[in-house]
Amino acid sequence: MTETRTETFPSGIVGVGLGSVTREIPVSEPPPWPPNADLTWIGRPVPRLNGRSKVTGATRYTVDVRLPGMLYARLLRSPLPCAELRRLDTTEAAARPEVRAILPLAKPGDRLRYAGQPVAAVAALSLSDAAEALAAMDVEFRPLPFVVDMDEARAPGAPAVHDAASAPAGHPSGFPAAPGLPLEGNVRGPAVVRRGDPAAGLAGADVVVEGEYRTQVHTHACLEPHAIVADWRADGLTVYISTQFTAGVRQELATAFGLPLSRVRVVVDGMGGGFGAKSQLGLYGRAAVQLSRAVGAPVYLAFDRTEEQVDAGNRPGTVQRLRLGAMRDGTLSALAIESFGTAGVTVGAGIGFFAERLYSCANFETRQHDVFVNAGPGCAMRGPGNTPGAFAVEQAVDALAERLGIDPLVLRDRIDPSPVRREERRIGAERIGWSGRHRPGAETGPVKRGIGMAQSLWMSNVQTNVACEVRILRDGSVEALSSVQDIGTGVGTVMAQVVAEVLGLRPQDITIRIGDTEFPPGGPSYGSRTTASITPPLRTAATRVLAQLAREAGRMLNAAPDEIEASAGRLQVRTDPTRFLAFRDAAALLRTDRVSAVESRLDDYGGFRRRMPDAAMALEDLGGVQFAAVAVDTETGVIRVERVVAVHDCGRPMNQLLLESQVQGGVLMGISYALLERRIMDRRTGLMVNADLEHYKLAGIHDTPEIETVILENLQGNSATDAYGIAEPANIATAPAIANAVYNAIGVRLTSLPMTPDTVLAALARTGRS
Amino acid sequence: MATPTKTAITVTVNGRPRHLELEARTTLAEVLRDGLGLTGTKIACDRGACAACTVWLNGRPVCSCMMLAIDADGQAVTTIEGLAQGEALHPVQEAFIEHDALQCGFCTPGMVMSSAALLERDPHPDAGAVRDALAGHYCRCGTYPHVVAAVLAAAERKS
Repeated sequence: MTETRTETFPSGIVGVGLGSVTREIPVSEPPPWPPNADLTWIGRPVPRLNGRSKVTGATRYTVDVRLPGMLYARLLRSPLPCAELRRLDTTEAAARPEVRAILPLAKPGDRLRYAGQPVAAVAALSLSDAAEALAAMDVEFRPLPFVVDMDEARAPGAPAVHDAASAPAGHPSGFPAAPGLPLEGNVRGPAVVRRGDPAAGLAGADVVVEGEYRTQVHTHACLEPHAIVADWRADGLTVYISTQFTAGVRQELATAFGLPLSRVRVVVDGMGGGFGAKSQLGLYGRAAVQLSRAVGAPVYLAFDRTEEQVDAGNRPGTVQRLRLGAMRDGTLSALAIESFGTAGVTVGAGIGFFAERLYSCANFETRQHDVFVNAGPGCAMRGPGNTPGAFAVEQAVDALAERLGIDPLVLRDRIDPSPVRREERRIGAERIGWSGRHRPGAETGPVKRGIGMAQSLWMSNVQTNVACEVRILRDGSVEALSSVQDIGTGVGTVMAQVVAEVLGLRPQDITIRIGDTEFPPGGPSYGSRTTASITPPLRTAATRVLAQLAREAGRMLNAAPDEIEASAGRLQVRTDPTRFLAFRDAAALLRTDRVSAVESRLDDYGGFRRRMPDAAMALEDLGGVQFAAVAVDTETGVIRVERVVAVHDCGRPMNQLLLESQVQGGVLMGISYALLERRIMDRRTGLMVNADLEHYKLAGIHDTPEIETVILENLQGNSATDAYGIAEPANIATAPAIANAVYNAIGVRLTSLPMTPDTVLAALARTGRS
Repeated sequence: MATPTKTAITVTVNGRPRHLELEARTTLAEVLRDGLGLTGTKIACDRGACAACTVWLNGRPVCSCMMLAIDADGQAVTTIEGLAQGEALHPVQEAFIEHDALQCGFCTPGMVMSSAALLERDPHPDAGAVRDALAGHYCRCGTYPHVVAAVLAAAERKS
């Protein structure tokens, strides 16, 4: 039984309604923090500490790792969307003097299910030597019938992508997992979530809104490709890999190669973007390690841009049929959605829990299906499930508001129970100028402007299997260590703020050592959980190591250790700050070269909504509301997003500047998803025709609107820092907010992503408004 | 297969003449990264669509992945490693840090090189000129708003 004490925490939205909550917390936990205004570093816009190495090109990304004797690997990939491998003869390739090892990844008779599926790997002296070796392989494929279009794949008689044995089982969106779903043709599912009686709710509704919404396949398009350098040695394996989860990859490597964890080290310094696609070791990673083991030399393997587009994961496309029933006052009587989504040869193409949890509705049902097609496997991407889900639900709610003659914000005030989002709607409406919003399509002239909004919903995820260490060295320097990785969020800077806050130092005084499994295990950087997971144990570790230093200082200052506080570079007596030691002088009193504390993540003080083996969901979800102002040129069909107001919450905000960056990034990925990006598969060849960055369009600087970011300080008294994530919520609301703004501009609803000029013109033509 | 013929060239890189022997097919980006170990120059698309590989050729920004190294023979190349004066960062670099105009940082060296080149030719750009100068650069993290703010701040500081 853990010994506890009672503490009172500030609770509620700072500046709106701050109350308090009383918690029983372990005695080892530090006292509650006040709101950010009363803290020195927490919440401040501290510039990222690794900025200098990034702007000078010094940061070492995985693709920059060069080891002595390193070989270069490339993968042979299937050129066909579906084929049987007939022959793989590598004799000639292996005889080339520059070639060091060849590793088959498929054998004759195997069925290859998408263009780009790996067939063999080669390691050679240079990248061009490896490419030439691939060309020298004698390989024959027997073409088989294929299907790459989701609608065609659902039709009777479509070529079967999988058989019962090969079809991956599992779930449409992962939350909750639904094993044992039926398989019929290419369709796996439905996974059903149901409460109440949706049919009765629809039958009894005053108003029913129906619609079909489509979202496209969206690739992660990280600028740094997937990359690994594997260095297998007699005394252990070291892997440099562009990853969102060093500790997870270490575990995968240990399992895959039968190594003790203690002999596996995973390192990432610079990490050039992941967005969900770099969470695992992957087939390419295993291949590189196998090659390194075979030749006894380090092996480098990185995707080129084409490989990155076809075989590095993607956000599945969906079609969602939605029915929403309501009473005249807006009360929802039923919400029913049937969805089909495609993650290529795998599953995971659902619509998340957005519809299930956002609005109060007693009669609810989702029926989610995965559809197999002969295309590269999808994987989680920034707000998986909820991002396509929000596109449908938030437009349907707006359509319902119009049918009822209720302002969309007023309707949401009635059906959304979250007090946090209510405040976010109020702030956003004021900033965007909602009161000046006109009726849909009311503007005359060819360029029509409009305003729209949409909401966000994501879990407050926490990784519970997380640890970190804080050290004070005898020269007064301080280190914080964890295997947690910085994938671009700047978490290392947030860590320095936490340690600096506790030790009374400046963030730049703290040396952050992360991205290496030699340090205590950090969690994954996915699911918007990094800050929530690492900062509480870090604060506790810093508090404990400070107590060790306070013992030495107290002796010198004739005070009890618990009378010593750290402030502005000093250790001082709380009741008499004229009695003090400089931090450095106190450290010099240490009897050993360093003192150290290691701490791990405790459960949230108020408990969790759901507990999983190494992770959990906090009680309160993450919200966020976004407003968009658009201009639609009805002659060209071009939509321009002119302004976005993004109002978000993430528990206690840790760094205003980095949060703003995250929100801007989420909004821009959302704009790109809404207007530009689409994986295009050729139905006749089964190939991706825009597997590059010229024809696969990403948002650029000219597509960037003015983005105003507001972050609420929403305290909950849940952990030593009370901090949660923001990366995914910032992405979920953007596309539907734009779609609702487009409707307000032109009076025609666009139900398919991306909203390209041709779709705008076609929609206008259909309704005679062009 | 015969070993491809190598060509000798001399390129001034960050103020230092470098004598290189390379295959004619080698791009400038490849030789900077693998021949000279200047890995600050990034290759992301390898065909001029994203501008991550931007360096200066005689002071003008170019995509180093779109240029054969032999075409740089006798010319001056400046990479991200050569922009700071010793410990003193270029004003654009300082402003990128202060305004958090970077996230994962992979596109950042190219963004910084184009931004610094802009200030060389137009010391007082407005936001539109900054956007025009960076129109070819992709940033998947979405740093564009902070990049514009940083370049405008750098222009102010420089003058």
